Amino acid sequence: MIGHPFLDELARLFPPDRLLTAAAQLAPYESDALTAYQSRPRAVVLPETQAEVIEAVRVCHRHQIPFVARGSGTSLSGGSLPVKDGLVIGLNRLNRILRLDPQQRLAVVEPGVINLNVSKAAAPHGLYYAPDPSSQPICTLGGNVAFNSGGAHCLKYGMTSNHVLGLKVVLPDGEVAALGGESLESVGPDWHGLFVGSEGLFGVALEITLRLLPKPELYRTVLAAYHSMEAAGHAVAAVVASGLLPGAMEIMDRLAIQAAEAAVHANYPPGAAALLIVELDGEAQAVEEEFKRLMTVIDGTGAYEVRVPKTEAERQTIWKGRKSAFSAVGRISPDYIVQDGVVPRSQLGQALAEIDQLSAKHGIRVANVFHAGDGNLHPLILYDGREAGALDRAEALAAEIMALCIRLGGSITGEHGVGMEKRQFMPQLFAEADMDAMWALRCAVDTLQIANRGKMFPGAEAPALSHRGPHPLERAGLISRE
Amino acid sequence: MRPTTLEELQALVRERPRLLPRGAGTKPALSTPPPGVASLDLTGLAGVREYDPGEFTFTALAGTPVADVAALLAEHGQYLPFDPPLVERGATLGGTVAAGLSGPGRYRYGGVRDFLIGVRWVDGAGQLLRGGGKVVKNAAGFDFPKLMVGSLGRLGVLAEVTFKVFPRPAAYATLRLDCQAAGLGAAGRLAAALAAVTKLYGSQLDLESLDLRPDARSVAVYVRLGGLPEALPARLDRLDKLLGGGDLLEGRDDAALWREVREFTWVPAGAVLVKVPLTPARVAALEAELERTPAERRYSAGAQVAWLAWPGPIADLDQLLKAQGLSGLLILGEPLRTGPLLGAPRSDHAFAQRVRSALDTAGRFSAP
Repeated sequence: MIGHPFLDELARLFPPDRLLTAAAQLAPYESDALTAYQSRPRAVVLPETQAEVIEAVRVCHRHQIPFVARGSGTSLSGGSLPVKDGLVIGLNRLNRILRLDPQQRLAVVEPGVINLNVSKAAAPHGLYYAPDPSSQPICTLGGNVAFNSGGAHCLKYGMTSNHVLGLKVVLPDGEVAALGGESLESVGPDWHGLFVGSEGLFGVALEITLRLLPKPELYRTVLAAYHSMEAAGHAVAAVVASGLLPGAMEIMDRLAIQAAEAAVHANYPPGAAALLIVELDGEAQAVEEEFKRLMTVIDGTGAYEVRVPKTEAERQTIWKGRKSAFSAVGRISPDYIVQDGVVPRSQLGQALAEIDQLSAKHGIRVANVFHAGDGNLHPLILYDGREAGALDRAEALAAEIMALCIRLGGSITGEHGVGMEKRQFMPQLFAEADMDAMWALRCAVDTLQIANRGKMFPGAEAPALSHRGPHPLERAGLISRE
Repeated sequence: MRPTTLEELQALVRERPRLLPRGAGTKPALSTPPPGVASLDLTGLAGVREYDPGEFTFTALAGTPVADVAALLAEHGQYLPFDPPLVERGATLGGTVAAGLSGPGRYRYGGVRDFLIGVRWVDGAGQLLRGGGKVVKNAAGFDFPKLMVGSLGRLGVLAEVTFKVFPRPAAYATLRLDCQAAGLGAAGRLAAALAAVTKLYGSQLDLESLDLRPDARSVAVYVRLGGLPEALPARLDRLDKLLGGGDLLEGRDDAALWREVREFTWVPAGAVLVKVPLTPARVAALEAELERTPAERRYSAGAQVAWLAWPGPIADLDQLLKAQGLSGLLILGEPLRTGPLLGAPRSDHAFAQRVRSALDTAGRFSAP
């Protein structure tokens, strides 16, 4: 009835309510959280079982139709942007936690399981799933695996790949492979490690075995306000040199603080040029002693105000301002681009000074919120999409910031992935031979290049570009661009 | 063949049809080339290239002895938290990565896979390639560093590695719990030890290491804490209460114990050493078989890996592991014609085959 052999074959596999082809049904899938990009797929399927995912991939392979696996669509790099006229495999219905084994501290989940739900399920056993991208109430593990998602605790706890023990995957031609296992240790090459972060180019994760950790028994947090960004940077260096290993170290600049105040009234110390949040976590008695040492360090950093939350509610207020900083920027600018370049920690001051200069040169405001512990910047480039050429100018500034991160010895992305957004910068970060090796690997795993075609590598098919403003979920405050 | 520059290394790879890289040769079962395969000695490519303690990272050539790096890090109060093994025998960074080996301390923060953040390696075409980077957080490009962990020199030659490091705990102490109560059989002793493991897995204590050592008379449970010295007494007290007693090992005794584990000095002369990844739930079934053999063994990193010192024919261990559905990696001992992997079939899946075909089209590194 649909009249195209590819769609006809899908129609035999999926009932009409799970095979979307009408324009109105496809519209919600045209973008992910990088809303500047949109592209209309030919169809969306909503499998409910692993077998249906495998079948959908096989149909794509037979008909040489590109496919994009998608969870909640929170990618900030355009990682789950559909390929024009390709298939979107929506995985949100594969949302079962297949096994929770507290005695072995592991969970086996389907790719549509929401990140935070793993921690919720593990909580009664005193366990949690450590990687915490700020979209964790909505983003799915399948997407986390594809993009090796991070969060605020990566220095101490690592990224998604450090918490995936094993994977069952369907390769782009429909073959199924089991990678890794249940143990923390393994023999032979780390195949699952290679699959994590491959941005959907190696196929789709069907089952993910996650390592769970004991919930930190105690958090101790300090907020310090500085009259200059430089002083806050020196404070980070002092904490690092002290031998402590904080779970999180975050900095916000003046513009980001203003936005957070406007949005959630975090009641931060007035007049700060930079705020530093340092948090220790772990076993109670250890954290108490470490915190004493931390406070001695902070006292010597010239902060003009230091706050230590006395209750969990006070601690949450400090974090609320930090976590809402991204969506809060919406209060001071209609649109913004968020970058997530990384620089060596010792270059943070240099990077921020240069971002300031670039901001002045382009006449574009940039707010900075960043993970100071791991050098992961999050410059928010503010612009007004209604102004002709504003997006182009903002993207030009973003490109200069990425080049800056590369020049300082860092990376173009710490946790958002390359996706659509940064693919043209890969050849600046990697030599031609490195790019060729990655491309050869991509082609060996996916001879037809149908799995998430166009992502990570420059020069692959470019979908239509247009600016669309905040994602509806972002507007509703459900996701934020961290 | 002992290249001393990266260019020489590349040229040698292009010249030889079949190669097996070798560091200091501390893991002979992995680094001894089979007939017809040339050995490529990497010890001439040694030295730390970059180290800024404030970055928590360093970059070194692959042939650098781990001991050299450990000494340098120690000067700045830092360490490799995955506790690399065989350091005193001369293990190199590249060999440690290629073998995919971590020591008992990997329980706390992760294994070699979790601390390797960048690699440069020479592929089958003699090209010097790079994956990952030099910053502790990075999501750009395929994760080649992970792929190289455990690659056994069969995917290319590691030339340079970049690691994340951490501040080293200022003090350590260990509690030893001996499960040998009168009237307990072997199974009862093991059950008591595993019950302690379960208790610790269910606690919020941050342990550096958690090992089990069964022998003919008892099963010893070793629990190591690390951190600020002022917090240790209270933490040890709590651990002692949780486990219902134990012997305290501090200072030199603590260090000597974990050195023995890490350096495998407990492996009897003449025995081979095999690594077997598992989970605590698999220990009882494996022990039921092993207790009937004279094999010395240790369950390390929270019983996530078994180290077996196997005194008899390796074919018997191969069978035993197969029956248990476990895989093993031969580390110390004569190399096997069939390669170092033992136990449950580890035939390459489609993903592995395709990756190998892309990185080593000529099959230069395809030793068994």
